[in-house]
This record gives sequence, C-alpha cells and structure tokens, in this order.
Amino acid sequence: MAYGGFEAGGMAPRRHRAIKILLAGGFGVGKTTLVGAVSEIRPLRTEEPLTESSATVDSTVGVERKTTTTVAMDFGRITLRDDLVLYLFGTPGQERFWFMWDELSLGALGAVVLADTRRLADCFPAIDYFERREIPFIVALNVFEGARRYSLQDIRVALDLDPRLPIIMCDARSRESAKEVLITLIEHVLSVADEPVSR
Amino acid sequence: MPANDERWLDAAAGPVVRPYAVTQGRTRHSGEAFDLVATVTATNARIAIPGGLGPEHMSVLQLSRVPSTVVDIASDVDLPLGVVRILLGDLRELGLVIIQAPVPVRAQQVDKDTLREVLHGLRGL
Repeated sequence: MAYGGFEAGGMAPRRHRAIKILLAGGFGVGKTTLVGAVSEIRPLRTEEPLTESSATVDSTVGVERKTTTTVAMDFGRITLRDDLVLYLFGTPGQERFWFMWDELSLGALGAVVLADTRRLADCFPAIDYFERREIPFIVALNVFEGARRYSLQDIRVALDLDPRLPIIMCDARSRESAKEVLITLIEHVLSVADEPVSR
Repeated sequence: MPANDERWLDAAAGPVVRPYAVTQGRTRHSGEAFDLVATVTATNARIAIPGGLGPEHMSVLQLSRVPSTVVDIASDVDLPLGVVRILLGDLRELGLVIIQAPVPVRAQQVDKDTLREVLHGLRGL
C-alpha cells in the first residue's frame, strides 16, 4: 500500500462510514424480527460494569463486589457499499438497561419506535427518551394478525405525537416492509435537517 | 469478625470476573472514548514489545487490518464489548491501530449527501 501513514492531510484511504440506527419498543413487539428481515444479524456480548443508575434498580446492598452485569444482544448490519454500512441496534426493553440506551444513542442518526396497537403504552418510554434527547424518530406500527385496526390519526392522538412526525404501518417479518420503515426514517431525518436551527 | 470467604475478595486476590482476566481486571479503556461504530484500522506499525501482546490483542489487531467497526470486531472475536474496548485502547496506545469517530450525524450537522446515498442504497436492496 502506498499510503504514507495516516497523518491528517496525507493520502488517507477513503473514509469508512458507519451509520447507527436504533430500534426501540416494548418487549416482544418485533424488534429482532424487523432487524432480521432486512439485515445480517450479528451477535454481541456485553459485559458492562454496573453503573449507578442500574445499581439502584438491582439491589446490591450487601453485595459490594458485584461489578458487572451481562447483556447478550444482537445487532443488524446492512452493507450498502464497501465504505457505507448501516448498523441497527435494538434497545433492550427492560428499564434496568437504560445505561445501554445512552451508549447506543450516542451519535445515532435516528430511531424507529416499533409499536403494537394492543400494548401501545409499552412504547411511551422510548418516545419520551428520543424526544428528550432530540434524536429524530418515526413510529412504525407492527400490525399483528387479529389485532384491531386503528387509523393512523387515532394512534397519533393516542401517542400525542408532533403532526410532522411520520407514523407508518409495517409487517416486521417482511423485508420490503422493513426497508420501507428505514427509508421513511432516513427521509424524516433529511427533512428535519432542512428545518431552521431554531424553531 | 469477617466471614471466612471474604478474604478471597481483596485486591491481592486479583480479578474475580472471568472475561476481564484478559484485561488484567481493568474495566475502563485508556485514552479518549470511542463510539460503538467507530472505525478501527491497523497502522502496520511494528509491535515494539514482541511477546508482549496476548492472543486476544493479536486477534483484535488481525481483524482491524481491514477497517472494521468496534461492534463488528467484538462480534467476530466473541468477547464482551467492554473487554474489546480495553484491548483496543491498549492497541491504540501502542500506536498499532487508529480509531476514527463515525461520520457526524447528529442534528444539524448531518451530512445530506451521505443520507441520500443511504436512501439510494436502501431502495436498491
């Protein structure tokens, strides 16, 4: 290779671009199914030190030496080009894993909140989280067979969502549908980027 | 009076959590923080301390010969993310890898050309 080292201004190789997208929602809502429908699933082991926030959830009184907690998770990878890769991370559902959310959401392009109309309240924490951190997100309703159909407008009112925020129906098992979810998110991020800085 | 089993958990007993044995018990990597999807690239610098790197360090170094993200490396070596971060911190300190932040994508600094490329790529999947 003819690269003269990696000094700034030198002949650096073309930048490898990795983009992080989050997938949030309640337990069993279909996050893993959606990631699997559209991307290559890869396993990840995490062995994170117990943080103060999780330590308050896990009662560690009298267990002063418990320093780590184990979380096994998957992530999805979509290679769009050799130097452009999308990473999809499902955020762990349980509240004790909030420390993982902070790690995952840092530098995230945007998020998809996956919702199940039978248990709509399960996605409230995710919506609150992304709103507070100003991470652009969309809501995708995973339509389960046998679930009562609601209009998107009813759902928007129930979730108290900004009228500009996209809500779409999807089938997490379908590759085309999962693609559409991601495309809707990227289009939303682009439209948010076009807005003036101060509203 | 302390119970008998407590004496095994003092500092002299060394690391008690198995995955962190390869990091000598360290749970925080050295140097500047890096993202889950930061790109790691081996520099091809000579290893100054022959035999000084463990097999896990060598595996991670091998994987970064092709620019790879932190999570992909963690998945490939099948070690916990926290451990891989520490190994990468060591390799960076030795000048054996460079770790580049991912493209800035938050809020107003979003790179629209990259986003359009992503859209194009997704539609073509």
